[in-house]
Formats: sequence, C-alpha cells, structure tokens
Amino acid sequence: MKHIRTLSGRNLKETIAKGGCGECQTSCQSACKTSCTVGNQKCENK
Amino acid sequence: MIKREKIHKFYLNDKYIVLDINSGSVHLVDELVFNIIDYYEDHSLSQIIDILKSKYKEEDILEAHNEIEKLCDEGMLFSEGVQLKEFDYNPQNVVKALCLHVAHDCNLRCKYCFASQGDFKGERLLMPLEVGKKALDFIAKSSGNRRNLEVDFFGGEPLMNFEVVKQLVAYGRKLEPIYNKRFRFTITTNGVLLDEDKMDFINENMDNIVLSLDGRKEINDRMRGTISGEGSYDIIVPNFVEMVKRRGDKDYFVRGTFTKHNLDFADDILEYYRLGFKKVSMEPVVTDPKEEYALRQEDLGTILNEYEKLSKEYIKIKKMDKDFTFFHFMIDLKQGPCMIKRASGCGAGSEYMAVTPEGDLYPCHQFVGEEKFKLGNVFEGVSNIKIRDEFKKTNVFTKDDCSNCWARYYCSGGCHANAYYSNNDITKPYKLGCEMEKKRIECAISILANL
Repeated sequence: MKHIRTLSGRNLKETIAKGGCGECQTSCQSACKTSCTVGNQKCENK
Repeated sequence: MIKREKIHKFYLNDKYIVLDINSGSVHLVDELVFNIIDYYEDHSLSQIIDILKSKYKEEDILEAHNEIEKLCDEGMLFSEGVQLKEFDYNPQNVVKALCLHVAHDCNLRCKYCFASQGDFKGERLLMPLEVGKKALDFIAKSSGNRRNLEVDFFGGEPLMNFEVVKQLVAYGRKLEPIYNKRFRFTITTNGVLLDEDKMDFINENMDNIVLSLDGRKEINDRMRGTISGEGSYDIIVPNFVEMVKRRGDKDYFVRGTFTKHNLDFADDILEYYRLGFKKVSMEPVVTDPKEEYALRQEDLGTILNEYEKLSKEYIKIKKMDKDFTFFHFMIDLKQGPCMIKRASGCGAGSEYMAVTPEGDLYPCHQFVGEEKFKLGNVFEGVSNIKIRDEFKKTNVFTKDDCSNCWARYYCSGGCHANAYYSNNDITKPYKLGCEMEKKRIECAISILANL
C-alpha cells in the first residue's frame, strides 16, 4: 500500500475464544503499583 | 443510542496514526488518509472528493480511499465492537498473585506514602513467618490449574523483615513440586537496608526488583526523607547502582512518583538514565486533592506536554540504546494480551490480593486498611463474597466511562484504587489518570512508529 503502513494487523476479537487462561503477569505487580497498563503485558499462553 | 467510536487517530512525533479500536490494529498513514478517515463512514466517495479536491489530486484520493476500503474489508479499520458484559471472568475464583506486606513499618517517611509512612493506618508490625507460610499455602491451593504464581514482597519496607522473606522463598520452593507451581518472587524496596548479602539473595531468587527513587536529588529528597528528616538520595543511589550492576540480565525497575512539585518529571526520568538505570517507571501521585503536592485538573496540560517531551527524548535515546525502557512507553502491538485480559484488567480482588502482617486479605495493596474492603484472611480464605464479586464484574464493558473510550483495551479500565479514592466508586475511573494514560499510549505508539 502507498498511503498506509499497518504496524499491527492483529484481531483482538479472535483472541476471545482461546483467551483468559490467566497465566500472564498481574499488570500492576510488575512495576508501577499505582496505574494500570495492560497493553504492554506479554501473553503467556503458548 | 450512543454512537460508539470505532477508530482513534492522532498526530504525534511527526507521524499520523490511526487505531482500529475493536480489532487492535494500528496503522501509520499519510496526511491524506488521515483526512479521509474523518468522512469515510458517513460520506460517499464523490462527497469526499468534493471536500478534499482543493488540497489533493483526485486520483490520489481515489487510491487512498481504496486502501481504506481494503482494510475495512479485512476487519482492520472501522471494525465492529463486541459486547462481553456477561463474560465469565475467573469463574473458579483462582487466586494467582499476592502482595505480601511483610512489614507494616518503614525506615523512610515519604510525604506522599499511601501506606501512612508504612503502618497503613494501623500498628507498626512485621509479618510473622507462620502468617507468610499460610499465605503461600493459600495461593498454592487457591490457584487451580495456573502454574505461574506471583508473590511480591512489599511493605512498608520489606527489607526490615528480610529473614522472613528468605525463609518464605525457601518455603515457596518446597511447595512448587508438591502443587506443580512456579513462584515468581519480586520485591519492592526503598534501598536503605540493601547490603551485598541481600543483593545476592535477591539476584538469585527474585524475578524482579522494584527500586524506589524519585529522580533528581532535590526532587527525591523533598518527598523521600529519613526518619530524622534528611534526604535519602545519598544513602540509596549508591545501593541501587550496585544492585543494578550485580543484577546482570535479570529484570528490575527503578520507580518513582511525581507530584505537583515536579511537573517537569521527564528530567527525573532522564536522570535515571544518566545514573545508568535502563528500566524505569514514574507514576503520578494519587492522593487527597487537598494535599499541596496533589496533581490537579489545572496541571493536566503541563503533564501531557511533559509526556510528549519525554517521548521525543526517548526516541533519540532508543535509537542509540535499545535497552532504555520506560514502563508506560512499553507496548507490544503484536504479542500483547488477549481480549479477556484487556477487558478485565489487573485482577485485584479476584486473582490478585494483598496480605497484611496479620494475614488479612484485601483486594490490593492500595485498599489495605480500608475495613469495608477486607476480603477474609489467609487462614480461612475469602469470606466477603460480595466485595470479591463487585471487583470481578467491574470491567471495561460494565463501566460506562470506559465502554466508549478508545483506550479501553490498553488500560483495561484503569486502577480500581484510583477510581475509589477519587470518586468513592470503583466503577468510576479517575479522570485525570485516564487522560494521562491516553497520552502515554499515544506516545508509546508514536515511538514504535519512529523506531
């Protein structure tokens, strides 16, 4: 494409079926302890 | 009916960026596409050409419009949302993360401390070993089929009860084969008591360490004083430098808090880098608005500009040193968490709980001492089902303010404690926090687009 470069073409809706395993890190525990940022967590469902 | 936004677009750090909210797709676009996007859903192609033809060539508009159309067909632009109001979050009430308050006592007197200088509005207490063991038993037995368990040694100041910390790590390792679990231990410390023996133990046994420092000496010392009222910078910085040196490749975060006194907090984050700390975090203070150091609505513009300023410096540093990491600018657009995680957030009150020295359970460390939020204790488990259920059902679909916010799948509805302390209601997000988080996400994505 000439006008658009897709940085991420993921489809979050597709993760609903296999998601929610709960193995990933508790977001607040990792570094901040006050504000919630979940978008930077790693998925551990491998 | 409220019209639900499907996309969010912004221009930052010389990049035009369009997010498709519901699919999580992110696109770097040119100025023409950025403009067409405004009209795409409710204007015909010929109307769009009429609107934009004075600025762009008709053939270019046509070409850009086709590209947008293609992404729409592939579900990566203007995609429809899902409503998961009734999704069954944590049906087995698995508990997989604990914040162990091994010391309700502290050897610093930080002015903004939500723990009331360590005692959490109660007695100064150290957690007895037996209570800690019961807490580890509790999580091992309550975690169902989850293998990875997280236990953070927290305080007050956990190094004031380090013998218990060491024995609890040993106890956890004994439990691992029995329950088929892996404990990830972490510790959050102010560094005052950090000697070589403790550093070595932490490096051998802890997956992560969080080191508290507010940045520049004068900033740190204004808020983070010793019991006798002196600054802590000169005591803790040499310890942190040594700790990080010994840490090697293992994770750590140097973490600070900014207040109204340092709205120029980008300089404090850059100070971390100058000191050699590569993994850093800086959090807005959350406190009673009546405190003179509280962040207020009138400060918001300055704070958002400061994040942008930091993002520009961050891009420059990242191009030379990829290891420099600011927690809130980390973003993984491709391998990030699933929709369920993004909708439900940190899991406080359900998957994640805090344990006091007496063994009482609270939804998270920030609720400790708020009697009505007490969930139960590590001896008998969770008894306050009502509070647990309230936390479980609070997610981005059930919170009105979140359900139409473009950032909902990045922040997951924000911090319950921030919501409670600002609005007396865990379902009403802390507005100032929302605006800061949105800016941090925009910065994070614009940084990626520049690297």
